[in-house]
Amino acid sequence: MDETELRLDGNAVAGILQEMFVPELTAARGRCVGCGEVGEMGAQHLYMYPHAPGAVLRCRFCEGVLAVMVRGGGRVRMALHGLVWLEVPQPAAPA
Amino acid sequence: MRIISRGFRGRRDRTEGGRLPPGQYLVRDFPVLSAGPTPRTKLTDWSFSITGEVDEPKTWTWEQFRSLPTETLTRDIHCVTKWSKLDTAWEGVSVDTLLEGVETAAEYVMAFSDGDYTTNLPLEDLTGGRAWVAFAYDGAPLEPQHGGPARLLVPHLYLWKSAKWVRGLRLMNDDEPGFWETYGYHMYGDPWREQRYSGD
Repeated sequence: MDETELRLDGNAVAGILQEMFVPELTAARGRCVGCGEVGEMGAQHLYMYPHAPGAVLRCRFCEGVLAVMVRGGGRVRMALHGLVWLEVPQPAAPA
Repeated sequence: MRIISRGFRGRRDRTEGGRLPPGQYLVRDFPVLSAGPTPRTKLTDWSFSITGEVDEPKTWTWEQFRSLPTETLTRDIHCVTKWSKLDTAWEGVSVDTLLEGVETAAEYVMAFSDGDYTTNLPLEDLTGGRAWVAFAYDGAPLEPQHGGPARLLVPHLYLWKSAKWVRGLRLMNDDEPGFWETYGYHMYGDPWREQRYSGD
């Protein structure tokens, strides 16, 4: 048996993505690629201006880029390459 | 029945004599926008380079850069955040001057700045008297918040192409996206064609 038989169709990730990409992410914690510090997204520095398509979220410790978001042209694009990881609390299992 | 249209009477010429690109509004002040903190590079540590696909890279210290011939110019500028400012007065070194004697087959340029900002442009948009490395605005040294000590100035494209705190131009054979272009901004950015996002 090799990995082609073990791996799943990408659609099977839906459940994990749903847990991860919750509507409110400012309380999510992330580790900065640049300096390794951990902080909540809402505690970082945001560079955003009226009518600007783009916004840059920077680490409050080292000012490294954590995330870049561009809205416009009918879509929102987000890059998270400045985060080693992003963490949200796992929803409680239904009783 | 009398119909009064408040919007019609005394309507201003929104195009300011055809100088306002579509979707833009006029400002009198000079808004400050940047994608990060303002770098504070000492002039003694500053240099400007032409690198990449060139026979011989070139570098100037601040002193050498400031001894190059300069030009004063007055141009309208247009930001992708929809403000435009007319008749802005600058002094700078023409990119034509910086590229004098540079042998290259490159067709594109990546401007790079302090703070790791980059933006891509076709080389032909930087030549022919259409682009400068500006060090003064309105008769005074360019303030750090506006890109000082020196910024690229390419007034015929949206202002994100006029990289603040510019430190050099990397000449490239193929077009590559810069900072904002990577995330969906238009590769060219012509305000008259409202090229804000890729696909516009």
